[in-house]
Amino acid sequence: MSDHAPTGIKRWLFTTNHKDIGTLYLWFSFIMLLTGGAMAMVIRAELLYPGVQVVDPNFFNMMTTMHGLIMVFGAIMPAMVGLANWLIPMMIGAPDMALPRMNNWSFWILPGAAILLVAPMFIGGDFLAGQGPAFGWTFYEPLSGQYGNLAFFVFAVHLLGFSSIMGSINIIATILNMRAPGMTLMKMPMFVWTWLITAFLLIAVMPVLAGVVTMMLTDKYFGTSFFDAAGGGDPVMFQHIFWFFGHPEVYIMILPAFGVVSQIIPTFSRKKLFGYASMVYATAAIAFLSFIVWAHHMFTVGMPVAGELYFMYATVMIAVPTAVKVFNWTATMWKGALTFEIPMLWSIAFVFLFTIGGFTGLMLGLAPVDFQYHDTYFVVAHFHYVLVTGALFGIIAAFYYWVPKWTGNMYPPLLSKIHFWVSLVSVNVLFFPQHFVGLAGMPRRIPDYAVQFADWNYWSSIGGFVFGLSQILFLYIIIKTIKGGEKATDQVWESAEGLEWTVASPAPYHTFATPPEVK
Amino acid sequence: MHEERKQANIKTTRKTLLIAVAMFGFGYALIPLYSVICDVFGLNGRFIDLQQTDKAEYIANVEKQVDTNRTIRVEFLTTLNKSLNWEFKAMQNTVDVHPGKVTEVMFYAKNLTGRKVIAQAVPSVSPGTANKYFSKMECFCFDQQTFEAGEARNMPLRFYVDPNLPKRIKTISLGYTFFDTDRKVASIK
Amino acid sequence: MSASKLTKKLGSLIMTALLLGPAMAFADYSTLNMTESVSKIGQDMYDLHMLVFWICTVAGILVFGVIFWSIIFHRKSKGAKPAPFHENTTVEVIWTSIPLIILVAIAVPSTKTLLEYEDTTNSDLTIKATGWQWKWEYDYIDDKVGDSKGIHFFSSLSKDANEARQLGANKELPEHYLLDVDKRIVVPVGKKVRILTTAADVIHAWWVPELAIKRDAIPGFINESWFKAEKEGVYRGQCAELCGKDHGFMPIVVEVKSVEDYKQWASAEKGAAAQAAAAAAAASGKTYTMAELMAKGKEVYDANCLACHQAEGQGGGPFPALKASPVATTGPVSTHIDIITKGKGIMPPFGAQLSALDVAAVTTYERNAWGNNTGDVVQPSQVK
Repeated sequence: MSDHAPTGIKRWLFTTNHKDIGTLYLWFSFIMLLTGGAMAMVIRAELLYPGVQVVDPNFFNMMTTMHGLIMVFGAIMPAMVGLANWLIPMMIGAPDMALPRMNNWSFWILPGAAILLVAPMFIGGDFLAGQGPAFGWTFYEPLSGQYGNLAFFVFAVHLLGFSSIMGSINIIATILNMRAPGMTLMKMPMFVWTWLITAFLLIAVMPVLAGVVTMMLTDKYFGTSFFDAAGGGDPVMFQHIFWFFGHPEVYIMILPAFGVVSQIIPTFSRKKLFGYASMVYATAAIAFLSFIVWAHHMFTVGMPVAGELYFMYATVMIAVPTAVKVFNWTATMWKGALTFEIPMLWSIAFVFLFTIGGFTGLMLGLAPVDFQYHDTYFVVAHFHYVLVTGALFGIIAAFYYWVPKWTGNMYPPLLSKIHFWVSLVSVNVLFFPQHFVGLAGMPRRIPDYAVQFADWNYWSSIGGFVFGLSQILFLYIIIKTIKGGEKATDQVWESAEGLEWTVASPAPYHTFATPPEVK
Repeated sequence: MHEERKQANIKTTRKTLLIAVAMFGFGYALIPLYSVICDVFGLNGRFIDLQQTDKAEYIANVEKQVDTNRTIRVEFLTTLNKSLNWEFKAMQNTVDVHPGKVTEVMFYAKNLTGRKVIAQAVPSVSPGTANKYFSKMECFCFDQQTFEAGEARNMPLRFYVDPNLPKRIKTISLGYTFFDTDRKVASIK
Repeated sequence: MSASKLTKKLGSLIMTALLLGPAMAFADYSTLNMTESVSKIGQDMYDLHMLVFWICTVAGILVFGVIFWSIIFHRKSKGAKPAPFHENTTVEVIWTSIPLIILVAIAVPSTKTLLEYEDTTNSDLTIKATGWQWKWEYDYIDDKVGDSKGIHFFSSLSKDANEARQLGANKELPEHYLLDVDKRIVVPVGKKVRILTTAADVIHAWWVPELAIKRDAIPGFINESWFKAEKEGVYRGQCAELCGKDHGFMPIVVEVKSVEDYKQWASAEKGAAAQAAAAAAAASGKTYTMAELMAKGKEVYDANCLACHQAEGQGGGPFPALKASPVATTGPVSTHIDIITKGKGIMPPFGAQLSALDVAAVTTYERNAWGNNTGDVVQPSQVK
């Protein structure tokens, strides 16, 4: 078993090692998180006070659009893939991913896609001119068809799609074929299960997204009329196809986070995960339901009432498996012996705040009330509770949980505690008031607002600035932990279970060259 | 062992890739699928009313059933897409009809530009459920309309409302939006 | 590269905010919940919203209570020993069924309200609302109450708000900032008003929270929805679907009047429209002086063009400058008029919204303002 790694830039360019590629994914997503976060700061600065003070409305729209696209495709998804790369082979006792060379390609496509995505913002050298996409991350036709540099956007999405599909194929192949002897499917850690299901969601919906942007491209440049009423098309058709992708996409971002907290909570409760089997079934049920509820994003487009009823009923059904998950986490903590290390703090915050996002999700699913909620800040608050305090908190929890295994060093305890508490308070100051302004009638995606929304927007912005700054602290913590710190033991956490804790800390470059035996 | 895994990986890759390709196709298949669903449920008056109703069929089936006890208010709405610098209006905003009876109304359009314009009218019926029961025998929306520079003319619409129209519907709105068919004008450069 | 300018601006703004706090404390903090509606169905929606809110609150208290209990009492530091259980079929079946039962209980009133909301039959008044980038166009289609058939007008952001919202305008924000228009739609109280929505360019959405109505306006298709206001008053809303640059600046204002007042408004409106048409016909033959056209032109420019081409005609971003641009200086007058009436690229055509005099005036203005001094005087007769 050789343990030497190539060095220099070539190591990273040509690496086929799952740990290296995992690291690349995680750094890429962190850079994207800071980029998208900087855009969020511009948005919150503009919304700090009523009146247009900082940027013109077109630039503002570009910020909301790019913020959404970068966070979804650049930050959350790659971070989840990064975790999968690092952890899945170690969790199932495999020496590496099933298709290591493809793994390298699927990562290195990403920076290219990111450049294509942000490049139009710099056309003509004038960043403030707002030449980038400004049609919302949902890029509804015909608004997006008005955009001059659509081809950049379309090809960026194509590349992102290729990367995700290759990554998913790799993950599926790894999980199905590379498990150590004795590691049956129902013995797999929850994180592996959630990723297996996520990977299937990805290969099912990323091609649909690729299809819809291709239709946009041919509509604009090659004379087709998929979404153009003049040629017999229908702009609402665009929304149906988009949300057929878009709704499962939401679960693609949250399911791996479910997996993460399902690993962490048992460790620090010193108990086995409650209801492992029902957890697996609930995840599968959520994934299945995600395919048949898409039009709840479009209750106001004027569907026939039978359609509205169907999508309403199917949507609220999702509350059942989601509730089962929350109950299972709760039951895992019940009568445990709890300690509150940093990963556990993030996980508990996840359970609380994700549940709030789940409640508002249920409210939004009811068609007649959705007519009031739709396209307001209530929706913005809802999906940020799910994606920031849900998906992002899950990723951060995963970082603190596994970073001792990755680097061999413990995180700095005091700074990490500050990071958690400041983030927790500020994220709620940031997003909770958005429920209020949304209910009071503030539409989303507006650069300026009526004065009755002024106070809560002010607090939301202050929360935003603090939350943004506290992620700079996170960057410092990451670097500090990589450089040194208290040495971690191989087991790291007293009652952590799983194969990844049986290898040395830091994990050697090659692990499980000889598969372990799982009893 | 190693060789076995390699084979298994290739197999899995093939299968999953096939799913991905099939789903790309599925995205496109959603378009005809959507039309079928629209036909069945009458989604907001889209798609199906571009078909001309056959006169013989009308005489055979509908003519005898004219229901003079019922009056339906039909409203006409005209919209010009921003790609088109025309004038376009219905000669009457509303008309009252008996189900089954053929009615003719006129629309007026004028090309305000100094060039020949070919335009397409897109019809839409509201409420959507009424769509199935709104039959056009002659309509300027069946074909593209060519207007010379400055040309103005009246265009007829001949229609009847199917006597099977659900009883609760008393008003039907029919909207037409004219689009310029020349993409170089319509699309954005 | 002006990114550093942005950074500087951001920095100073954030500093001021942190130092001054919510210095502009306009409103109290009462805007916490959903807007209550003046229509019965809107009130049903509100009640449904509150019902689900309370169900979620109770569920939240129960679940969070259990978690807090564990956090407080089942700590290792308090000597808690982990219990060995990790599944229990009975419990799992029970807590799968309970949410299911609650959902069915919520689905019943939801279905009822939805069916009622989607029933647009037996309306008294039909109004068509057409979304434009970035204003609304209204047509009174059918009226069983008074005689409003044929009334037609555009409604855009009020003039004072439009001036105050310019980047760096630093003006005091007027009353009903961003929720006021130059021309309101008027409807009678207690009557069922059917709103048909469509659009001329991209998708918009017509939303008035107090009337509990939100429906997308989709180019090429018509959508319908309705409200019945039980109380006279002025109700304000906004476009709710991202429609480009000025999406945040196309408000909707509905004035609900008594049936009598409504009838009066309708006949006055029709009279005024007839007068305006006569005046426009007269104007098309008249010859105006440069000064008259410049004054009128500035007015038209400020209302329609300033948002994109900016106060000094300097443009910005995807919107080209008019100052010293060939179109507004050396180019032929007819091309200039054509662009105004027919639009170009993302610029909408103004032919349907502006009279010949308006177009002539604004063309004259653009060709002579900001140092474009071409000396061209464009008369209404030159505008077809």
